[in-house]
Amino acid sequence: MALDTEFEIPVLTTTVESVVQWARRSAIWPVTFGLACCAIEMMAMASSRYDISRFGAEVFRGSPRQSDLMIIAGRLSRKMAPALRRIYDQMPEPKWVISMGACASCGGVFDNYSIVQGSDQVVPVDVFIPGCPPRPEAVIYGIVQLQKKIDNSRMSDQSPKARIA
Amino acid sequence: MSAAELIAALSAVVPEAAYEVLEASDSAVTPSILVPRSHLLATAQALQATPGLEFHAFSDVTAVDFHPDRQPRFDLIYHVVSPHRRARLRFKVRISKDEPVDSVSTVWPGAGWMEREVFDLFGIVFEGHADLRRLMMPDDWEGHPLRKDYPVQLKKDASTFMPLQVSPEEFRANMERDRQSRPRTS
Repeated sequence: MALDTEFEIPVLTTTVESVVQWARRSAIWPVTFGLACCAIEMMAMASSRYDISRFGAEVFRGSPRQSDLMIIAGRLSRKMAPALRRIYDQMPEPKWVISMGACASCGGVFDNYSIVQGSDQVVPVDVFIPGCPPRPEAVIYGIVQLQKKIDNSRMSDQSPKARIA
Repeated sequence: MSAAELIAALSAVVPEAAYEVLEASDSAVTPSILVPRSHLLATAQALQATPGLEFHAFSDVTAVDFHPDRQPRFDLIYHVVSPHRRARLRFKVRISKDEPVDSVSTVWPGAGWMEREVFDLFGIVFEGHADLRRLMMPDDWEGHPLRKDYPVQLKKDASTFMPLQVSPEEFRANMERDRQSRPRTS
């Protein structure tokens, strides 16, 4: 590059787009929202043995207004669905959702009146993680998949306007 | 105190009620009796207040649906405890669908929420209950899920909206009252 010869310090050229997406994917802060037994595996993922902080997603926030990611960890009951939607609506854009485990993804063993048969009926889901419950490694893999998805998406894809359209 | 002795003590207070002894595998610890629906409230008052019975603690009320094998289809099952006599009692009331039953929440206040649960899941109406609303299912739910004729694998869209529990005016009034009650910091 010609820039290398003009400046004494090394210069790396890139685009605003890729820097912003790099920053977004490198610090995904999940909202503390455990619904059932999958939340135990989610906590194990955050603890030192599995250590999700290696991937920058260890900061579980108590407020949805400080979060980027919602991990739906457990079966979602019909009575909880409006509360989940309200928490999702309170998260600032850009935001992502991981549906963790069989129950959140498709109802799992609970094929009955009280459980929502797939949390994608309530919120748009980016990554589904299978398992009952998924091991912490599986959840980490899901977060890495989400990071790849963020890397490959454009800033304009995640604007509120694009989501409504 | 065995079931027969309990019935004798109860019949002295409520003579017009026809009680029956029920067989139970744990009758040595928890005697079981059948109470007619019409005398449930009088029986509850007698169990709570009669010296020598003194069932002051209400443990549980639940229901069983025997549809379609039996008429009347529901068993209401009450568990009461007498802490200072160290005695337990189970009594049952048989009722059919759409048959109301007296609430015992006036006798044992702790029965209130348990009767709400039975109402929610079985649709049994407790007359004289102060606040008979659904407890577990959403407020706008139709049907009573633990009835045997309820479609368990119900296909239904999930509701994603729940109205706020207080109106904006009530919320502002609560905030104002909270602000007034705090000591001034400055």
